[in-house]
Amino acid sequence: METLLEPLSYAFFQKGLVVAALSGALLGLIGVYIVLRGMSYIGHGLSHSIFGGFAAAQLFAAQFYALAAGLWGIASALAITVVVKKSRVGADAAIGVITIASFALGVALFAKFGSSGPSFENALFGSILGISVGQIVGLVAVSVLTAAFVFLRYRALLFSTFDPEVAAVSGVRVNRIEAALMIVLSLAILATLTVIGVTLVAAMLVIPAVIARMLTDSFGRMLAYSTAIGLASGFVGMYLSYYAGVPSGTMIVLVGATAFVIVLAITGGRGLRRSAGLDSHSEDLLAEPAA
Amino acid sequence: MTGTGVGPELIRLDGASASYGHHRVLTDVSFHVHEDQFTGIVGPSGAGKTTLLRLLLGTLAPIAGDVSRRPDLRVSYVPQLETVNWNFPVTVMECVLMSRTRGRRLPWASRQEKADVHGVLDRLGIGGLAERHIRQLSGGQQQRMFLARALLRQPQLLLMDEPTSGVDVSTRHDILHLLGDLHEDGVAIVLTTHDLNGMAAHLPHLVCVNHRIVADGTPAEVITPAVLEQTFGARMEVLEHLGMRVVVDEAPSNFMAGGG
Ligand SMILES: Nc1ncnc2c1ncn2[C@@H]1O[C@H](COP(=O)(O)OP(=O)(O)O)[C@@H](O)[C@H]1O
Ligand SMILES: [Mg+2]
Repeated sequence: METLLEPLSYAFFQKGLVVAALSGALLGLIGVYIVLRGMSYIGHGLSHSIFGGFAAAQLFAAQFYALAAGLWGIASALAITVVVKKSRVGADAAIGVITIASFALGVALFAKFGSSGPSFENALFGSILGISVGQIVGLVAVSVLTAAFVFLRYRALLFSTFDPEVAAVSGVRVNRIEAALMIVLSLAILATLTVIGVTLVAAMLVIPAVIARMLTDSFGRMLAYSTAIGLASGFVGMYLSYYAGVPSGTMIVLVGATAFVIVLAITGGRGLRRSAGLDSHSEDLLAEPAA
Repeated sequence: MTGTGVGPELIRLDGASASYGHHRVLTDVSFHVHEDQFTGIVGPSGAGKTTLLRLLLGTLAPIAGDVSRRPDLRVSYVPQLETVNWNFPVTVMECVLMSRTRGRRLPWASRQEKADVHGVLDRLGIGGLAERHIRQLSGGQQQRMFLARALLRQPQLLLMDEPTSGVDVSTRHDILHLLGDLHEDGVAIVLTTHDLNGMAAHLPHLVCVNHRIVADGTPAEVITPAVLEQTFGARMEVLEHLGMRVVVDEAPSNFMAGGG
């Protein structure tokens, strides 16, 4: 009990815990839409391209780097959406090239000029250190925005995710909904980047949603479960990372992955059947932390 | 039962052509949908039937020709079952409720909305299935569920893509009856089918499509060997049974050893 309470006496840990739990919940919530739309490669691409913007921006405008990285992220999100819509073949490849180039740029800038914000390793794998009040405010704001979006556009989002053509015919403005979702996604990635880490954000978009899918056949419940699983992974992961002395993002993802294995063992064939074909890209992402 | 289209116009396609990229699918299609329409679009697979529906719906813009739609026209669309992701996590209730996107913004259904959904499901004979996952339905039940979703919007025009493919005979009869009743109630209906005997022959009006409109008229007018050969690219024999047209495939003469 003592040892459990001990880290709570540090202000930085309290902040870290709140940020990790909220980040997990936020990614869990959005992840449901990303996974069901088969778009997890976009989450993966976005986090990497935002990293380039992040590294470049802090060189030129240290105070505004979050803003600049956010704009870069939204711009890449919309660019990716356009590429996917317009091109008949090779959208994956185009996204891969753009985002990995952006990521490489970020790595190069980090290596050459260092960082006025998080260290290189922390940016990649997440860190509890250096969480500013501004970041917490930003994360809370993005979470409120996302929750409001999901709440107020619930049916339109569900319909356009399940069946965009019929949704459009039924009066849903599908393109607008999609653009809004991409913007919310890039803001969420940006807000959670420092605590989860560039390379692990995409995994947290996928894991809670896949676990939730294995647990239920109802969309409403899947949203609730995925958010709760994300929140719990963030909370427990942050705690464990303190004791293990490893980057927070890795621990959060490992907790999520452990939950996945446990739920898989419990639900067995049924869980597998439910999550089958959810998102052909999710296996790559789930495999990545180990690579 | 009329259905040849004489009431006020809902949609008109004039000389419309459609393509996906460089792949031309429909050429010079003119098709007017009226308030009392009840039409089957008949053609082989790949003929452009679904594409023609997309032109009517407005989800695909023609590369040539004109489309006009009556403003504020309420259209419901029932897609082909094969195109649906049946593993998607929704229950029947959640799926049918999707079509209520206007007005109420809260995620959960109001008591009135639930009653409305149960009402439509009962009418379609799948009243007890509201809490089932969509995969746990038979083909006929899935078709009825989509029909329920379409009807919840109280459409003036109902477009259905292959509503009887993958359903058994008795469900096919039920669906035909239901559509007949809907048409009586004043809903215009356009559906596609490649099933000549089970579906097309029972409809009041047919349009035969094979990348262009081959023929247009009542079953008696268009279900003829000449039209069918142009539409399907295969020779078929047409018989008459109790006043209805019955189509029989003509097996190729060398189909069985020693045959012909
Ligand atoms: N979204 C699409 N993108 C590219 N080609 C398509 C698309 N939809 C249909 N096609 C092609 O257009 C042709 C006509 O398709 P469709 O209208 O679906 O025919 P039908 O419904 O009569 O079977 C087919 O060759 C099909 O492969
Ligand atoms: Mg079709």
